[in-house]
Amino acid sequence: MSNIIELKNVNKWFDKFQVLKDINLTVNQKEKIVVCGPSGSGKSTLIRCINRLEEHQEGNIVVDGNEISENTKDIEKIRAEVGMVFQQFNLFPHLSILDNCTLAPIWVKKLPKKQAEEIALSNLKRVQIDDQALKFPGQLSGGQQQRAAIARALCMEPKIMLFDEPTSALDPEMIKEVLDVMVDLAKGGMTMIVVTHEMGFAKEVADNMIFMDEGRIVEKAKTQEFFDNPKSERTKLFLSQIL
Amino acid sequence: MIKFFKPSRNNLNRSLSIGFPLITLAFVDFFANTFLDTNLTAFLSDTLSYFFPLIIGTVGLYFIRIEFSGLRILDNFNKNVNSTSFNAILTLLIIFVLFKYVPSLLDWLFFDANFNGTSKEDCTSNGACWVFIKVWFKRFMYGMYPNPEQWRINTAFIILFALVGAAFFVPVKYKKFIILFMIFVYPIIGIKLISGGIFGLKWIETGAWGGLSLTLIVSAFALILCFPIGMFLALGRRSELPVIRYSSIGFIEIWRGVPLITVLFMSAVMFPMFLPDGTYMDKLMRVIIAITLFEAAYMAEVIRGGLQALSRGQYDAAKSLGMGYWRMHLFVILPQALKLVIPGIANTFLALVKDTPLIFVVGLLELAGMIGLAKTNPKWLGMAIEGYVFAGLVFWVICYAMSRYSQRLEKKLSTER
Repeated sequence: MSNIIELKNVNKWFDKFQVLKDINLTVNQKEKIVVCGPSGSGKSTLIRCINRLEEHQEGNIVVDGNEISENTKDIEKIRAEVGMVFQQFNLFPHLSILDNCTLAPIWVKKLPKKQAEEIALSNLKRVQIDDQALKFPGQLSGGQQQRAAIARALCMEPKIMLFDEPTSALDPEMIKEVLDVMVDLAKGGMTMIVVTHEMGFAKEVADNMIFMDEGRIVEKAKTQEFFDNPKSERTKLFLSQIL
Repeated sequence: MIKFFKPSRNNLNRSLSIGFPLITLAFVDFFANTFLDTNLTAFLSDTLSYFFPLIIGTVGLYFIRIEFSGLRILDNFNKNVNSTSFNAILTLLIIFVLFKYVPSLLDWLFFDANFNGTSKEDCTSNGACWVFIKVWFKRFMYGMYPNPEQWRINTAFIILFALVGAAFFVPVKYKKFIILFMIFVYPIIGIKLISGGIFGLKWIETGAWGGLSLTLIVSAFALILCFPIGMFLALGRRSELPVIRYSSIGFIEIWRGVPLITVLFMSAVMFPMFLPDGTYMDKLMRVIIAITLFEAAYMAEVIRGGLQALSRGQYDAAKSLGMGYWRMHLFVILPQALKLVIPGIANTFLALVKDTPLIFVVGLLELAGMIGLAKTNPKWLGMAIEGYVFAGLVFWVICYAMSRYSQRLEKKLSTER
């Protein structure tokens, strides 16, 4: 299996505060990685660096063979290959769900409208909200909105999907419907990096687990091993608190 | 009295039988004073007599302010207009002021007004002299534009209204063509039609334009032009490139900091000095550019307010889908930001329309300017009130229409549940 994402000695500061410390990480194609850790540990910043929603100051990030830095010319092209799902959904409230899904395919990938709509509808069907296609985001429940956001990302047919705490803003009842979609996506062979506290989901789909604290990757291990036999004391403490 | 007798449900009848006569007395006194010229309370001191209806009315309303009286009409009345003593006083004041002044206002406007005649001498009664407006009407509409050519202005505006009407009624598919035509092609046709000089139309210099038609021409051009400029300035002010950011800030702060009347004066007096010899720019054009840039600075700040109201997540989402700066702003950011600031944009537009009379400083006379001129005509001295009431009414109609349209747009674009 080949590397699709590679981070080498990545450091990042917000002013003087260092949020990422010497991050090394490789992600293989079709690999599913779940990142967990206490809040403020840099998990979100880490995945936001992968599509350069945040800039890193030191080290190298390579995504699908393209080095990401301030010199990267076509950062938009790389972002188009990396789908992202946010904690707050971030659907475009002035567009219908269908238009949310077709906007980028039409204007970034230059697909004809009809084809974009077909792709959008098939993805909406996949997340089971094709019947809501013509509604506006404000008319949907949180769970439906998050599934729509996943569909919107999928419409760009990305090679990698990043999830930034996708279920943290949801009612407990709606978490499952979103996780089901993500499990289905994982089984379909998508490369995924998921920041989440849903350990049940992690156990079900993750190949590898990463535990972060204070900007460092404290532990990276196979999922089974991570839960059964964590090496670092910090990981043990964290797991004992959330499991 | 108030201390030992508190109106409540238990003494309902007693309260009402004190309250209603007092209120009735207050109104009888007031109406006798206003319409019959008899002061029933002359035996009181002047001040007390003047405020008598208000005081007695308030006390009366106090007595009928009974919670859960069981009488539905009374409960509704108490809830809506008589909930506190302060509201009771306000209610009485409003009723008294309306009855005192509205009839005499109506008398002046209509019942005692003069509509027939051709000169000031025909205005014999006490009311307004609308003859003034009637006689000068063409000047108020067309300024010094020669009478035989006025059909050209009419035609230009009829075409405009036809286009606007068409934009409302044609299917959505063709709507954008009409709007594009209206913004990019029609202004040229309209201006050529009015200024002439081609197709055998007599050339009429802009100095002769005036009246309401000039108000509308200046407003329309400034409105259409200041919007995109303001938008770019707003984006520029948030740009990450220092050169663009600081020049935007500089532009906005300079234009916002000077009074419009100064800007207009500069455009007429200073600006031609900077032009190379032999080049000439029309006075009207200079004025339109000056107003446009002035209002664009305000527009920029209004739009920036909308841009700042959007959450960072919208930018993140657009970027994560691979959109670059322009696509992100065009499809995601601006549609939302502009929708948020429709009230602010409408505000700026209304202010712009009402700022147009200031172009008198460069010698252009739109509606208010023409009225200012007409009232100094020796044959029509003393007609300022009629003139400015008319101007006020016309401006109000224009501005109210714009305000209604902005509200309609707001509703139409709302995608909230």
